[in-house]
Amino acid sequence: MAVNLRHQVRQLYKNLMFLGREYPKGQDYFRQRCKAAFIKHKDETDPEVIKMLIARGDYVIKELEALYMLRKYRTLKKRYYPS
Amino acid sequence: MANLRILVGVKRVIDYAVKIRVKPDNSGVVTDGVKHSMNPFCEIAMEEAVRLKEKKLAKEIIAVSCGPTQAQETIRTALAMGADRGIHVEVSGKDYENMTPLHVSKILAKLAQEQEANLVILGKQSIDGDNNQTGQMTAALLDWPQATFASEVTKENEHLKVVREIDGGLETVTVTLPAVITADLRLNEPRYATLPNIMKAKKKKIAKHKASDFGVDLGSSVEVVSVEDPPVRQAGQKVESTEELVAKLKESGVI
Repeated sequence: MAVNLRHQVRQLYKNLMFLGREYPKGQDYFRQRCKAAFIKHKDETDPEVIKMLIARGDYVIKELEALYMLRKYRTLKKRYYPS
Repeated sequence: MANLRILVGVKRVIDYAVKIRVKPDNSGVVTDGVKHSMNPFCEIAMEEAVRLKEKKLAKEIIAVSCGPTQAQETIRTALAMGADRGIHVEVSGKDYENMTPLHVSKILAKLAQEQEANLVILGKQSIDGDNNQTGQMTAALLDWPQATFASEVTKENEHLKVVREIDGGLETVTVTLPAVITADLRLNEPRYATLPNIMKAKKKKIAKHKASDFGVDLGSSVEVVSVEDPPVRQAGQKVESTEELVAKLKESGVI
């Protein structure tokens, strides 16, 4: 169980780092804050709490994807559709 | 009725968020060391193909890209979004600089016939060349009906009903298959190519071809004479009072 959760956390971190490459304020800005957020909970041992934190991470991924999509859509709309 | 085989064209362009710089000799724009990604309109086209497959209307999606070796990354992104296999038509160096939408549409038309595709979905234009020609010319070369600037695509029996974005409104057309569709901005919201999906996409196959395999001569009759930056907007001035404003306006000859 613990091994499985550890894998999930690592996967979450990798996915976030991948998304961070496109972060509008730069990859470094994103990396620092993301890393800090993970380190803050490094001593967490309760499986329920860890699951909750992973769910929060997944939520952040969804938010980031939505942010990037909107940003792209707005830029293109401004460029190609005057008014 | 899953019988559609969809060919989707994807182009690798300079990322939409990058500030474009013109080369000092005005021969083009700086592309070395600049972030590239898939053309946003191609993403929309790709997404529409994947949605048709998810609705069980399509059996296979083929992603095609013409360009240098790096175009494979763009095909990978398309595979991660849901394409089944990729075709890379390698065109590099000078040939790629001279490549025009006509060359691309000739290649796409040949591929559509070879792969027995019955629907070609493309982005309406690329954000680098802004030509907005490839879809139209591909349809003409294949002698297929075309539905450009699609903002909604639905399947009705053997036809596709396409809502098109036109000046000041919408137009609904039906096209018989096979057909060519070009995607407008509001057609859908493309999904993000996530890391796990990109990893999974590495198992999918990308076939390599050359333009000469399709009997397409890459000679160009168009020469780029000069590329220039848009004019810079002049700085404004602050005025303290109405009198000063009027004086300045008189000075500049506006009133």
